[in-house]
Amino acid sequence: MHDPADPWTLRESHTFDRHAIHEIQRAATTGVYDIRGFGAKRRLPHFDDLLFLGASMSRYPLEGYREKCATDVVLGDRFASRPLHLDIPVTIAGMSFGALSAQAKEALGRGASAAGTCTTTGDGGMTDEERGHSKWLVYQYLPSRYGMNPDHLRAADAIEVVLGQGAKPGGGGILMGQKISDRIAAMRTLPAGIDQRSACRHPDWTGPDDLAIKIEELREITGWEKPIHIKIGASRTYYDVKLAVKAGADVVVLDGMQGGTAATQEVFIEHVGIPILAAIPQAVQALQEMDMHRTVQLVVSGGIRTGADVAKAMALGADAVSIGTAALIALGCNDPQRDADYHRIGSAAGFYDDYHAGQDPAGISTQDPALAARLDPELGGRRLANYLRVLTAEAQTIARACGKSHIRNLEPEDLVALTIEAAAMARVPLAGTEWIPGVQSC
Amino acid sequence: MKTVSLAETSVRQLNAMLHAQARGPTETHWRITDPDGRHAIACGLDAALDVTIDGHAGYYCAGMNQKASVTINGMVGVGVAENMMSGRVHVRGNASQSAGATAHGGLLIIDGDASARCGISMKGVDIVVGGSVGHMSAFMGQAGRLLVCGDAGEALGDSLYEARIYVRGSVASLGADCIEKPMRDEHLRDVAELIAAAGIDAQPADFRRYGSARRLYHVAVDDAAIVTGDSHA
Repeated sequence: MHDPADPWTLRESHTFDRHAIHEIQRAATTGVYDIRGFGAKRRLPHFDDLLFLGASMSRYPLEGYREKCATDVVLGDRFASRPLHLDIPVTIAGMSFGALSAQAKEALGRGASAAGTCTTTGDGGMTDEERGHSKWLVYQYLPSRYGMNPDHLRAADAIEVVLGQGAKPGGGGILMGQKISDRIAAMRTLPAGIDQRSACRHPDWTGPDDLAIKIEELREITGWEKPIHIKIGASRTYYDVKLAVKAGADVVVLDGMQGGTAATQEVFIEHVGIPILAAIPQAVQALQEMDMHRTVQLVVSGGIRTGADVAKAMALGADAVSIGTAALIALGCNDPQRDADYHRIGSAAGFYDDYHAGQDPAGISTQDPALAARLDPELGGRRLANYLRVLTAEAQTIARACGKSHIRNLEPEDLVALTIEAAAMARVPLAGTEWIPGVQSC
Repeated sequence: MKTVSLAETSVRQLNAMLHAQARGPTETHWRITDPDGRHAIACGLDAALDVTIDGHAGYYCAGMNQKASVTINGMVGVGVAENMMSGRVHVRGNASQSAGATAHGGLLIIDGDASARCGISMKGVDIVVGGSVGHMSAFMGQAGRLLVCGDAGEALGDSLYEARIYVRGSVASLGADCIEKPMRDEHLRDVAELIAAAGIDAQPADFRRYGSARRLYHVAVDDAAIVTGDSHA
């Protein structure tokens, strides 16, 4: 029996917890599914469930602060005559002008360039701000083809054919009307103010055989110079990676379900796709079976936060990682100093995920000129460059401790798992054992 | 006129020659022979060239065309003139699916039939089809005009934005949010303009117009946040 004076007599249902009750009541009120930004918020097996085995007697470490530990990476040298030569193995993921303000796109370009890496366009095309401030710019080729311009293909440093993203593999995009400014509408050839849909499948090819011909066309138009990336959301990763390689990809970009989004149905974000931890070994297996590991580079994303995450992803076989949400946080998203502003729009610093609503107090996921003006692109770029340098330095620190003179030399043998689930997904032993569930019997 | 046989020259070499014209034209009239269904012929052109292809072409013929006039004396595969920005592409035979997909501008003429998804996600192009079009044509069409002298297949104009569709024959079915709309004077002028541009024999009054009902332009949200009774009882 419930005693109002004693909260210990209250029992919350695991099945119908407060979030579930809130969602049912929200749905009953509005009659529409919840749309939000950010990425999956549920607890998932992740890089936190892995640990490195630092060197000791059986392995020889490198000096932790000074000894050379290289970080450069070449992306796209399978077929392209001008592959990307990046200084660090951390790239900026595709995020659209539309989802983000022009200031945010400029800041991403500035930060990436200062740190020696590339940034990526998104749905809606290429802006002058982004091209002008990005030393290396990857041009996304998406199902919607909003703003798709062959001049921009030629102006890009690489082309990323997007089949899906981790937050919503199999789903298209949404950009709510409040973010469709006149400039966005003109770039996308759509009426201003409408809730805009981006198609979930490409309009002029179906399946990997067609995609191979599409890639041939893209190479013809760009003189066979530019790397062609294929981006997939992690789901049937093993097969998708094999088909991407067969279709002629120079680079496979693999986005796990923790990957961010500007606007997606919550039910999609939390229930479709697989964690990046489970997807990387599948992708690496596919590449190895085709004798394409390190020939077709693997870039992975979805929940990268620290240099440890970078190092773990690369130890599992990635050639580089990509960040989106973390880059926005580096620019100032969810900054506690703006907590009062977040409260005014019904959120709080650390929780803000209404990227679709266009009211971002940090001026990042908005098209409101006054809000967007809050973001100083130069300062934002500087902050992002700092963060990228820290990610790289942290990953170097771990690599040196494992005795590696190049970050890419990290390997699964350097890792153990803290949980049985992570051991099975990452295909590394459970810590303190030789057991890899699903690979070796106990 | 420069003649290039694809039996002797690769598509890559041909396209490189055509692309070089954008940097300084040396020859404006080109004749391509022996295409034999090869893909990506004359794609990515960016100069006011006059290109004739004698025979059948494969996928993405004249894809992403800018400024050039390309005539195909034969059939074409998937995605002819896809994402065309400007210029003119004329297919004297039939076209496979996704003809003129996502094209932003220019004029695409198909004398014969076009298969499924003709004009899918069109963004400003004018497309004139002398024959019929397959299912899902003008799917998510954003802008531009699609004129069909024959019949249209299932789900015409599904999820349409602002593209205008004119059909002379029958329509198997309309897609989500696509409706028939009245032909006013401006639409008769539209059709007359397209007929003249394509050089076909037709009467504007014989066509019917289809467009977006605009019911999908906004996510429908209710407001049933009403607390009945005394919530503090």
